[in-house]
Amino acid sequence: MSDVIIIDYGAGNTRSVRAALSHLGRTSTLSSEPELIAQAELVILPGVGSASSAMEHLHETGAATALHARFASDQPILGICLGMQLALETSEEDGGVECLGLLEGSVRRLDVERVPRLGWAVVEPWGDAFYFAHSYAALSAHCIATSDSICVALRHGSFLGVQFHPEKSAAAGLAFLETCLSPA
Amino acid sequence: MPLARLIPCLDVSKGRVVKGVSFVGLRDVGDPVELAKFYSDGGADELVFLDISATPDNESTMTSVVARVADVLEIPFTVGGGVRSVHDAARIIEAGADRVSLNSAALAEPTLITMIAERYGSQAVVVAIDAGDGVVHTHGGRVATSTATIPWAVEAAERGAGEILLTSIRCDGQRSGFDLELTSAVRDAVGIPVIASGGAGSAVHVANALRVADAALVASIVHENPLGLRALRDEVERLGIKLRQLKEPR
Repeated sequence: MSDVIIIDYGAGNTRSVRAALSHLGRTSTLSSEPELIAQAELVILPGVGSASSAMEHLHETGAATALHARFASDQPILGICLGMQLALETSEEDGGVECLGLLEGSVRRLDVERVPRLGWAVVEPWGDAFYFAHSYAALSAHCIATSDSICVALRHGSFLGVQFHPEKSAAAGLAFLETCLSPA
Repeated sequence: MPLARLIPCLDVSKGRVVKGVSFVGLRDVGDPVELAKFYSDGGADELVFLDISATPDNESTMTSVVARVADVLEIPFTVGGGVRSVHDAARIIEAGADRVSLNSAALAEPTLITMIAERYGSQAVVVAIDAGDGVVHTHGGRVATSTATIPWAVEAAERGAGEILLTSIRCDGQRSGFDLELTSAVRDAVGIPVIASGGAGSAVHVANALRVADAALVASIVHENPLGLRALRDEVERLGIKLRQLKEPR
């Protein structure tokens, strides 16, 4: 049985997350099956596609309910980019989307000089640069890290979410993923 | 603002890297996968693959290159050449590319930009513009169109492009510096990031480009000496441009 489940929204590039995990010696399965979500050591909500189509997919497959149950029983979930945003209550994307609501907070369109915000940026207080590609960002009391004053990481209960793409952030990203896979 | 980016561009033909890559240390200099990994370890912030042989016959070849590159690369990469439909973009992105680059196909069918952006997000759509004498060129820069460069860049951004890859035909291949005036003019006109391309001959050229653009595309300057990518980064940083600090690969 594979120890990491990457949630499948039905579209987008999930190959890179799987490749990064296999680089760390972990096998992963792409799935939205509630049973697998319940049993996995770690569930990853990846950062591909749009908020509305991803939420639709999570509801249709029963993954949304399974994620709520997993969160309630304190089993780890990692959200990446859109996957982090989906854990909040609502998003402004696609004209307004009701998200999972695991964490209090919302997702707003970025108000910076250039959108999408694309490229490597240092995350504080962690100190390393990670790769970002986003037009929306989280507003939440559960923020634990920032980049250019933008909230880029959330933690609450067993949920950890990051706005950057660890799977695209070279050595810094792999080191981050490794800490997610071996909780202290 | 995110940090400035250095982006090596690899020309791929029939699944092999071509043009000016000549160096030691690689078993197979023509293998896109090995070269991608080499540049990634050497400090590239991102990579661009340009399929210069793009024909329907070569579709599956390029798709398999993309998948193999995605399996070894832990930095983002863009694939251009041969993306003429949403289907093409889906094929490339679902094989593992982060972004596709549209050039003449976007010019011929501008709604393509919006369709791909709606499905995969703006960050997944780069619009490449080959510019010269104020107008957009097609066919690798050989044919001038009547479309003015700056209005086209603005339109591409409005239609959902997430980045402009701007090549100056006049400067491309000359190694005498980027077209800073053109790059600034385009970047001032749009609210999305701009990659400067064409003319990199030295660290000073690259640093100057990064003062007016979000990223610089480099080709022959690194292909002739890929081991020099780190030295180029150091030199660009000494010239006052902030780049990401490399962390040693595991």
